[in-house]
Amino acid sequence: MTAWQPSPRELERRAVRRSLDRRSLLVASLALVLVFGVLALGATLSPGWATVQATFFDGGHARDSFPAILDGFWLNVKMFLIAEPLILVLALAVALARQARAPWLVPLRVVAVVYTDLFRGVPTILLVVLFAFGMPALGLQGVPLDPFFWALVALVLSYGAYVAEVFRAGIESIHPSQLASAGALGLGRGQTMRYVVVPQAVRRVVPPLLNDFISLQKDTALVSSVAIFDAMFAARDYANYNFNYTPLVVVAAFFVVMTVPLARLTDWLQRRYAERERAGVAR
Amino acid sequence: MTTALLGVEGLRKSYGDRLVLDDVDLTVQAGDVVCLIGSSGSGKSTLLRCLNLLEEIDDGVISFEGREVSDPRVDRRAVRSRIGMVFQAYNLFPHLSVLDNITLAPRKVHGVSKGDAEARARELLARFGLAEHVTSHPDRLSGGQQQRVALVRALATRPALLLLDEITAALDPELVADVLDSVRALAAEGTTMVLATHEMHFARDVATSVCFLEQGRILEHGPPEQIFTAPREERTRQFLRRVLPA
Repeated sequence: MTAWQPSPRELERRAVRRSLDRRSLLVASLALVLVFGVLALGATLSPGWATVQATFFDGGHARDSFPAILDGFWLNVKMFLIAEPLILVLALAVALARQARAPWLVPLRVVAVVYTDLFRGVPTILLVVLFAFGMPALGLQGVPLDPFFWALVALVLSYGAYVAEVFRAGIESIHPSQLASAGALGLGRGQTMRYVVVPQAVRRVVPPLLNDFISLQKDTALVSSVAIFDAMFAARDYANYNFNYTPLVVVAAFFVVMTVPLARLTDWLQRRYAERERAGVAR
Repeated sequence: MTTALLGVEGLRKSYGDRLVLDDVDLTVQAGDVVCLIGSSGSGKSTLLRCLNLLEEIDDGVISFEGREVSDPRVDRRAVRSRIGMVFQAYNLFPHLSVLDNITLAPRKVHGVSKGDAEARARELLARFGLAEHVTSHPDRLSGGQQQRVALVRALATRPALLLLDEITAALDPELVADVLDSVRALAAEGTTMVLATHEMHFARDVATSVCFLEQGRILEHGPPEQIFTAPREERTRQFLRRVLPA
């Protein structure tokens, strides 16, 4: 069997496949160059381009504002790194609470429903302002005064509600036959969730989950509205002093650079799941 | 030979290091019913998937209706639109009604009008005893009914060749008969079919030729009388002894 040599026909076919691949590559490259070339030309040939370039894309201002923005951005990073695990835990707990069927857990279900309805309904920026200014103002003993803390709480609560719905959609998308087969093995409802439904649901919702996390990363910029010195605040500060908006573009670049690796990581994770679980279908 | 509907020569297919099909030759004339038998993992399903161009092959030539379809330049959709396939697990679309499952390909691929497609679907459904399930969704039907819907879906486009991949393997015995009767009726009409099956009695009844696959090779093939009563290979005899209770 090791002596197998591809037949001349097969070799010919491989050559054809290679040339088809080359042609696809060529078409793709040409299409890319063409589309982006036209877009770039359209922007640079516009009548106001010189003004736009000076106020938004000034190299000198970008360099000058960079250190302050970098400092501020570290705060954004810290914020979403702390918030993301908390959101995952909170959201999964809420989603599971909504799935609970035991009668004595009904109050929990009600709390979960009211929570998602309320916190998804209120604009995130309002939550941030209300929590960061309102909570310390209560003057209660033991309540932290730090606006960073309360802004973080606001973000966690707001995104927790969204992500809970994502988890719920994932849980409900698992086919009833899975519940039946877990039940048939004698697993309880909690065990079924823990070992059968949730692991499958989580895999399924990774893309929308990532979507919400990217959204969260960007929304950490909302804390600039409660005088927390994040990247956005630093940029606006600089822009107001120097009458130049380049720092805003720098901030935008920071956020883009932050989210792209996360997107690639998710793609890779998804592919790995697909390869492991769907032999012969996906590759 | 020149008029064969389907020809396979020296087909080879491997997944990584695992050789699944090894030097397979097969000729199917119009009107033939070719049954592929053999134990699980012998390559029956993979062969069918290769015929439908669902798998990229490693070597060999597949020709269909007089031209080579294993050429990378061939439009796979055009080939597949002439071939019907039914899967072991039905693979009906759960979000569409029975009627919509059946009329999807005729309308979207073959450009048949909604009225014509539905008329043909209803006629086929009535023939297979499914007339009252036209508007149901697949999950509301029994396994046997679902599989007959899948058969109707494959037939709706009037394919020149029908591939059936162990279509009764997931059904309980009572329902198997329903589905096999439907296939038997198709065979009697002269529908050209290649089918992988574990139903030996059925294969003996409907096949014009039977191929015994073993470890990716067609070890033996011939008319059913020969394969089932006087197999040449010891391995075939062994297999038949195990699957055919005396």
